[in-house]
Amino acid sequence: MTSGSRIAGAFRSGKLPLLVACTVAGDPDFARSVRIARCLAASGADMLELVMPFSDPVADGPVIQDAGARALSAGMNTDRLFTLVRDVRKKTEIPLLIMTYANIVIQRGIPRFYHDAARAGADGVVIADLPAEEAGPFCDAARDAGIDPILFVSPTTSQERLGRILSLATGFIYLVAAMGVTGVREGVAPETLACLRAVKLRTNLPVVPGFGISAPEHIRTYAEAGADGVIVGSAIVRIVGEYAERPAEMEEAARRLVEELTGAPLHMERREADAKS
Amino acid sequence: MTVSTRFGPYGGRFVPETLMAALEELDEAYRTIVPSAGFRKEMDYYLQEYAGRETPLTFCRNMSRDLSCRVYLKREDLLHSGAHKLNNALGQALLTRFMGKRRIIAETGAGQHGVAAAIAGAALGLSVEVYMGIEDMERQALNVARMQMLGAKVRPVISGSRTLKDAINEALRDWVANVRDTHYLIGSVVGPHPFPSLVRDFQTVIGREIRRQILEKEARLPDAMVACVGGGSNAIGMFHPFLDDPVILYGAEAGGEGLSGKHGATLCAGRPGVLHGTYTYLIQDAFGQILESHSISAGLDYPGVGPEHSFLHDEGRVIYRPVTDGEAIDSFLYLSRTEGIIPALESAHAVALARTISDDLDTDSILVINLSGRGDKDVAQVAALTGGGS
Repeated sequence: MTSGSRIAGAFRSGKLPLLVACTVAGDPDFARSVRIARCLAASGADMLELVMPFSDPVADGPVIQDAGARALSAGMNTDRLFTLVRDVRKKTEIPLLIMTYANIVIQRGIPRFYHDAARAGADGVVIADLPAEEAGPFCDAARDAGIDPILFVSPTTSQERLGRILSLATGFIYLVAAMGVTGVREGVAPETLACLRAVKLRTNLPVVPGFGISAPEHIRTYAEAGADGVIVGSAIVRIVGEYAERPAEMEEAARRLVEELTGAPLHMERREADAKS
Repeated sequence: MTVSTRFGPYGGRFVPETLMAALEELDEAYRTIVPSAGFRKEMDYYLQEYAGRETPLTFCRNMSRDLSCRVYLKREDLLHSGAHKLNNALGQALLTRFMGKRRIIAETGAGQHGVAAAIAGAALGLSVEVYMGIEDMERQALNVARMQMLGAKVRPVISGSRTLKDAINEALRDWVANVRDTHYLIGSVVGPHPFPSLVRDFQTVIGREIRRQILEKEARLPDAMVACVGGGSNAIGMFHPFLDDPVILYGAEAGGEGLSGKHGATLCAGRPGVLHGTYTYLIQDAFGQILESHSISAGLDYPGVGPEHSFLHDEGRVIYRPVTDGEAIDSFLYLSRTEGIIPALESAHAVALARTISDDLDTDSILVINLSGRGDKDVAQVAALTGGGS
């Protein structure tokens, strides 16, 4: 089996929904970024999404934009990304995703990027500005390297395009849960839940919402609608910015957040079990 | 019928999934609404009665004598709003209304496209918000005031390099969030398909008029044509109707401080990659991070270029050359004094390249320069740099 099977294995673990914890590679600097990533894994995150920053991140809100700018000014680049993935992989067996933008992959050479990602221990690659129409060469290279190419579905995706996306994607479907850029939102949009249910009817792939998810009650709502996991990005990333002056407390704050988020659905299940007994 | 999303290897649609439905809707509108008789009739009305087309093709006696060839200026500076940008802004604003959307967002560098979008929005009853880097807002304060007077909201952009590139980023972010009721009125032949084709088609009125006018005046086609290239909309609008003709085409890129320093000469010194939804030449580092461009002219200060220009560059059909800040200022003053026409700093790049290449032309050769905009907006900046222009 390819290393991509690590993602499929995680979804078979039975502990759903999985928490995909996101952090920006190299933020605030390389060493602390490795520590944050390891801390998220050790605190109970089921999968990590490591964001390789791009100078012009049009899909991202201010929190991830600022984190990316911090990382780039601290010297982050694609070579160091793979070193970072390797360093994180040494300490954890959970699936590791790389999230970036198309130009970062193209400039390394598409096959080389996926090959380097696989060798470093990554399991999936997500590209924020890559719709299915442009994804062909990327998905081919991903498969050759044993990487899952993760594709997006949005509430604006037509049924026709959904078919094309499902024919290319492996690993899981990244459901864009909020119209707009990444960043913390108040609640869960009904159209996202409708979209989640509609996608679940069309595929056996796990469906994982991301964008705007920051609180246990969001996760509960998505879990009830059938989400196989949730991606939490800005809520984690902003901790790195907030605790920049208090590095000692940064990992503690990240750990608390992951525990709060992973604890939520379990509490729900326990309450249901209590009610039944 | 499907329209190719590519020019050779260039172009495409590298955008977040959420935008794909809007791009497909726009592609459909581009293929069905734009060619329709109803749309054409409205468009002709706005271009002729409102914007003041056709614009003159002026034979320049003094420059012709000085450069020893027959020099014509295509006078887009005389179009309402003072630049060619209005051709596209009116076209897309009208298309927005045909598509049933009520809100327009736009980005602007020099402010010319922002002003054009504000004018088109006012004329067609659409609400307009314009993203503009705060650095450009300082450089182009006059155009900020014009946009506000025209009823548009100007949204300052403080991210990244705080110029045109970042204004496009913010406009794309707005569009992703408000895609159902908003049209992104992009100002140049950049961005994801169908924008490079759509904007080109609204700008080819420039080249079509030149063809008619020059055949009337000279009974033959020009020998050479020159336009400035930032994103490249005035250039493609001028060149496109002549691509199959024996006319030498020149694009003047922003050479800035020179190619060994900071510049915006994407085709002359960049390499292909993806920015703002399209695969095209870019100014970038070895890892694909986009670098800050530089030009004295805000309208050419962009690290990318329209994908069709990348194709024409590779094919060798258009010759692209850098023009430095200093050469542009020199030609700004030259045209002002020689012909009594103050050009936009962007257009001054085309004048500068025309002066250089005129060396190779015979005395009866016809040289057409696209004077894409007028220079009122740049007068204060040039005066400050040259000590009053003397």
